[in-house]
Amino acid sequence: MALILRQAHPLLWLASAVVLAFLILPSVIVIGMSFSGSRFLEFPPRALSLRWYAAYWSDRAWLNATLRSLQIGGLVTVIAVTLGTLASLAVSRRTLRGRGALRALIVSPLVVPSIVFALGLYSVFATWRLTGTMTGLVAAHTVLALPFVLLNVGAALYKLDPSLERAARISGAGPVRAFLFVVLPVIWPGIASGSIFAFLTSFDEIVIAMFVAGSSPTLPKVMFEGIQFELNPIVAAVSTQLILVSTVALLTVEWLRRRIAQRIETDYTTQETAP
Amino acid sequence: MTGRPLRQWLVLAGPSVLLLLGVYLYPLAKLVVLSLGAPPGLATYGRLLHNDLFLTVLVRTFRISAVVTVICLVAAYPVATLLTRVSTRVAALVTIAVLLPFWTSILVRTYAWMVLLQHNGLVNKLLVGLGIVANPLRLMYNEAGVTIGMVQILLPFAILPIYASLQNIDERLHLAAQILGAGSWQRFWKVTFPLSLPGVAAAAILVFVQGLGYFVTPALLGGSRVITLAMLMESQVLEVLNWPLASAMAMVLLVICVGIVASFERVLGLERVWR
Repeated sequence: MALILRQAHPLLWLASAVVLAFLILPSVIVIGMSFSGSRFLEFPPRALSLRWYAAYWSDRAWLNATLRSLQIGGLVTVIAVTLGTLASLAVSRRTLRGRGALRALIVSPLVVPSIVFALGLYSVFATWRLTGTMTGLVAAHTVLALPFVLLNVGAALYKLDPSLERAARISGAGPVRAFLFVVLPVIWPGIASGSIFAFLTSFDEIVIAMFVAGSSPTLPKVMFEGIQFELNPIVAAVSTQLILVSTVALLTVEWLRRRIAQRIETDYTTQETAP
Repeated sequence: MTGRPLRQWLVLAGPSVLLLLGVYLYPLAKLVVLSLGAPPGLATYGRLLHNDLFLTVLVRTFRISAVVTVICLVAAYPVATLLTRVSTRVAALVTIAVLLPFWTSILVRTYAWMVLLQHNGLVNKLLVGLGIVANPLRLMYNEAGVTIGMVQILLPFAILPIYASLQNIDERLHLAAQILGAGSWQRFWKVTFPLSLPGVAAAAILVFVQGLGYFVTPALLGGSRVITLAMLMESQVLEVLNWPLASAMAMVLLVICVGIVASFERVLGLERVWR
């Protein structure tokens, strides 16, 4: 219902515009500065150049850290999506006892301040000799990524009619077959957005990496060191590329969200079933 | 129903539970043990109560988080209201403007503020250039800088819950109020605002609890002059190597955060997240 009385007052527009500018402008300015041609960051840049991008792409330390973060993020995504999808299947079984506790356990890391989690990991990893290893960071980041997979896949599963799977099982499909041919085709947008969340959670994570990455730093850790004592201009170029990644991720997730909403409407009328 | 409950638990939930036990619950349990010291006792917690540095930092952390929360709520409300009063297309654009910073790494956004707020940064150049101030202001390495940065980073967490609660208000209530002769201000204060309070409360809790544990933004924008609880814990572990004290602080922070979230769970509507 679009009602005449719900119009946006000019003052409401003005206030919102100020807040939105406050949200967006810092990123826009960093993007502008990253193309600066001078030795210092300036906005608007007097001369345009790609020198900070060139500096990033030719610096061993930056590239190694980026590669490391990509590897960790990739592993985290695969593991978190596998474990998280399995767990969401358990949570979505309405007759399974303890499903509420399972969900609370998996979602709870969202409430724990990352510094507390990092401290705990730091003390444990020292005795397990996991400090500075990829295994350690992947395991820790997977804990942080699981809640997002559970919430995204769970949202898609919630909208899946359980009778579809039951029908497949009655028709003779095993649990794996029923999942692959009946459940998966419907919930894949949830799994896809869960993967994006999982990847970025790991790729952007800094507090835990600061404590347990040791002498093989991730990209956020190198960035942190690059801005803690002096503002290294390469960070502007790295930031711009990260903003680009975030934008693509955001638009993809929004597109997937729409797909989930659409599927609910079309699926149960056209009934996608197993081949 | 597929398979026996026990087998479902083992296959579906087992892997996640195992990971969380080892890399999440065990490290947190170890912090509890470390905070109790040997022989186990509450002596460390007693010392915390008389530790002036800890108490100062605790009060400062609460103050910053509270100020950030209030500013976020005031800034978020107009944007959330605007979202309910514009066409779908405009709302989609505004949503992207809100979500883009939400998806951008905290490190990138903190860096943007450092570039803007530094001594010869853009904000100071504008202020001096426009003749508003004679000499550049000190905008970072103080609480003001930390607050500005944290508000921008946490703002999406305030806008989204308020928007959700505004959207849930039955349109007919506004119509009824209008028919009964209420003007637009009266409609807002008597209908819209009271019904949006659950969203406001959820926003306040999300922002406040996250603010309490913040590390990166205060560490970079505040530096050694604005030490927050997370930073104090970091220095206790990495510099002073006082594990019992740092673990006790971690436990205090954890109990506060989990306590706040648990007592307001109904307001936060964690159940509703499972959509």
